[in-house]
Amino acid sequence: MAETTPPIVAVRNLSKSYRRGQQTVPVLQDISFDIAPGEFLALMGPSGSGKSTLLNLIAGIDKADSGTITIGGVEITTLPEAELAAWRAGNVGFIFQFYNLIPVLTAFENVELPLLLTGLTRRERRDHVETVLSLVGLADRMDHYPSQLSGGQQQRVAIARAMVTDPEILVADEPTGDLDRVSAGEILALMERLVHGFGKTIIMVTHDPRAAEQAHRLLHLEKGELTDGAG
Amino acid sequence: MFILKLLIRNAFRHKLRTILTIVGVAIAIVAFGLLRTLVDLWYAGVEASSASRLITRNAISLVFPLPISYKDRIRQMPGVKDVSWGNWFGGIYKDEKNFFPNFAVEPKSYLAMYPEYVIDSSQVKAFALDRKGCIVGRKTAERFGWKVGDQVTLRGTIFPGQWDFVIRGIYRGAQKNTDETQLFFHWDYLNETVKKTLARRADQVGFYMISLTKPELAAEVSLAIDAIFKNSLAETLTETEKAFQMSFVSMTEAILIAIQIVSYVVIVIIMVVAANTMAMTARERIAEYATLKTLGFGAIHIAGVIFGESIVIAMIGGIAGVACTFPAAHWIETELSQFFPVFSIASQTIVMDLAAALVVGVVAGIFPTWRGSTIRIADGLRRIG
Repeated sequence: MAETTPPIVAVRNLSKSYRRGQQTVPVLQDISFDIAPGEFLALMGPSGSGKSTLLNLIAGIDKADSGTITIGGVEITTLPEAELAAWRAGNVGFIFQFYNLIPVLTAFENVELPLLLTGLTRRERRDHVETVLSLVGLADRMDHYPSQLSGGQQQRVAIARAMVTDPEILVADEPTGDLDRVSAGEILALMERLVHGFGKTIIMVTHDPRAAEQAHRLLHLEKGELTDGAG
Repeated sequence: MFILKLLIRNAFRHKLRTILTIVGVAIAIVAFGLLRTLVDLWYAGVEASSASRLITRNAISLVFPLPISYKDRIRQMPGVKDVSWGNWFGGIYKDEKNFFPNFAVEPKSYLAMYPEYVIDSSQVKAFALDRKGCIVGRKTAERFGWKVGDQVTLRGTIFPGQWDFVIRGIYRGAQKNTDETQLFFHWDYLNETVKKTLARRADQVGFYMISLTKPELAAEVSLAIDAIFKNSLAETLTETEKAFQMSFVSMTEAILIAIQIVSYVVIVIIMVVAANTMAMTARERIAEYATLKTLGFGAIHIAGVIFGESIVIAMIGGIAGVACTFPAAHWIETELSQFFPVFSIASQTIVMDLAAALVVGVVAGIFPTWRGSTIRIADGLRRIG
């Protein structure tokens, strides 16, 4: 009998709704799927389909109404807030559309941020930060502030920040949405490298078909339901 | 360390806004400090007065005089060391705006009883020998450019007429809070002139000043003095100099309370302004706080960043305000010395200034801190796909 690799992410019967005044608006309805380790998954769908909400739930920054999400054997849907924050810090890297860098911190300091919550020494932190900034090709820009960097460079700093704690999973919400074609290509190439070179699992929300093409698998969401590709 | 670095950099992110807030807090602290000092000034006479000296005045009111004959009977009382007497003269130098306090006193006993007026012994002698002589405080002499030997004419208000004096001495205060604006002249000069012009008001004094052999006898002696003049035509009220001064403060208590209220209102206003600034700042940075939370930073870190920034801005404003209070007080003391002969900032006022700045920082930071630290990450990131 062939041995199958257990999924790194297992989503089961996940539902989520928002309240708008007196109305309850369902956003995700009974979603189930798995993601294998080292997979590059793209989530696509029209605006309001629930893809960012799904990403937030997998990343542990939002709470589901029902269903479970198990990541690396940990059922994160049952974790209390403080434990969830600690879990996030060690297990998930975040890449945002608008980079979400802290403008008053340099590239180095922005990348160092997640390490401040670890027990690493100053020297160890410096080594880690320099390594990831070299990896994203910004070793010479570490003392620059975000305003002194281009959009593509800022996104690479954000990727370095997501990578610096060496998480198994990276979640990316429209990572190329604010970039020109060339910069977007560079970012996608870098993400591809993280999957193939470093074995990271990437879950990416995108509207960009070109970005989606880079993914190993594509999931379509429509009105809070998966329309194809679940598995 | 990171929180400190972040909050300091955040504080100066919008330089103009931060500087305007700091200036606002500084101005409020200057106003608060000056108003508190004004309140203290009200009590300066009380503070500078002695608990071991008594003042005896007419029991009905200070405006009614007492006979000069009382002095010998008071002097004979057990516990009394010496007696002096005087009248509020209320003279005007050229114009009402040139106000300074002026009194007719018995020179020898008065200067012996008030060592806080420091004056050269040769000037004391010259003053004692000249019936028309007077001594004047350093600040008033400087204000009008008077020197020893100058002739000064005051227009009498309570005692009508033109009153000529020759300055025989200029005194300094032994302490910072000693009033250096007063003028003293011979009670005999007043009395002899009054005898000629207003005979019915002659041989009467406004108040007696009594020094005691032991300060602890104050209550006993006061009661004894008032007892011997009971049922006379001019009954007396004797109290310590401190209580006497305090009675003047009590007369103006409503003004005092109004000033105190205004001083607190100033702080409340700047508190609201600073709170608005901090709320605006926190609102603009909600996505950053959400990002920090996403990375694993807790509510306590976010609270530290926002609260710390609020306190840093308020305390910089507070320190700047304290630094500006001293030159402002010096300016008032020199330029408005006729109204505020002593205007020095007490160390207690500085503590209150800094405490007020801290309160502004704390109160201004409460709501933004609560909002920033409790924001849901997903809401903060404002992305619902």
